[in-house]
Amino acid sequence: MEIIISNSSNIPIYEQIKEEVKSKIVSGELEEGEMLPSIRSLAKDLRVSVITTKNAYEELEKEGYVKTIPSKGVYVNKINWELAKEEQLKKIETLMERAINMAKINNISKKELKDLISVLYEEE
Amino acid sequence: MTNILEIKNLNKKYPNFTLKDVNITLPKGAIMGFIGENGAGKTTTIKAILNIIKDYEGSIKLFDKDNNDEVVKEDIGVVLDETFFSEILLIKDINPIMQGIFKNWDSNLFFKYLDKFNLNKNQKIKTLSKGMKKKLEIITAISHHPKLLILDEPTSGLDPVARNDVMELFQSFIENEDCAIFFSTHITTDLEHIADYITFINEGKIVLSKTKDEIIDNYGIVKCKSTDFQKFFKEDYLKYRKNKYEYEVLVENKKEFKKKYHDLVIDKITLEDLMVLMIKGE
Repeated sequence: MEIIISNSSNIPIYEQIKEEVKSKIVSGELEEGEMLPSIRSLAKDLRVSVITTKNAYEELEKEGYVKTIPSKGVYVNKINWELAKEEQLKKIETLMERAINMAKINNISKKELKDLISVLYEEE
Repeated sequence: MTNILEIKNLNKKYPNFTLKDVNITLPKGAIMGFIGENGAGKTTTIKAILNIIKDYEGSIKLFDKDNNDEVVKEDIGVVLDETFFSEILLIKDINPIMQGIFKNWDSNLFFKYLDKFNLNKNQKIKTLSKGMKKKLEIITAISHHPKLLILDEPTSGLDPVARNDVMELFQSFIENEDCAIFFSTHITTDLEHIADYITFINEGKIVLSKTKDEIIDNYGIVKCKSTDFQKFFKEDYLKYRKNKYEYEVLVENKKEFKKKYHDLVIDKITLEDLMVLMIKGE
């Protein structure tokens, strides 16, 4: 498993770790039932503090992506696709809000914006 | 026992320096970085923990026991600023000496670490570089399986590669969650990577003791013009510094600050910025 974190990013490191692991779970690189490295070995290998990796795992657990089995380890959970999709939709919503705001500031109509989205969507 | 080290209301008076109401709690499994200027009280605090300084007020507990308890000594590993090895010895001569001092001295572990960190056991201590000597001291300090490692400025004077080796040693030590590390430093970049807690001492007083993530993720530095600065409420920032071309303002919660005052540049904080602004800022 590869995890890339940036020390200069404005995103907290625990969040970067969380997102990296999450995307590996969603993409299937990490499979259901697979054991994740312990918080201590992950901290050591990423050269971050133990509290940071602990936070990342706690958040992943809260969101249902992993589960901790006491004195055994942390395992990848079965993905709740509905939840994962909802989360992605939320992110898209935020991005779209920004685009809409920008459009409004620049007097670009709803129709123009919709057309633009259709064109871009077809291109992909 | 959840706390490895507990200092309560430590006070110590010298003619021209006072340690005032120092409180520090270090839970097991954690690394705490103890930062501050030279002369802020770091070494005095460490010497009190180790019972080298005795006539202080307050209580210091290690593993729930008083720090003058003899059994405590077996469980701590110490590296102080000055080297304690005789220069004429060979590296391997340390082994029998330490065997006589510590019941739990582990020769295998000692030689294993020497190998891992490329120290030649047949080399004379006199001929070692500063970085190699420091690594040797740390290896010696952890080879009797202590539960707490206390180090005074372990990385000062070391180059980045040697510092990295030392950090690696720390992290392999802390993989055992019953252990903890307390180390003082003024080189704060080391801490930005591996420390769980940061305790900041200034003029004999603790000014801040938090998890490193709380500091790095929440604190920020606002860079602004004097016209912007005049609009800030006093309770919204901690310290400020007026520079020639701009104001630097230290804020405790950059997200909240951003909500209240829009369109300002807020930089991510480094521990170094924090130290400088807390000391030099108004």
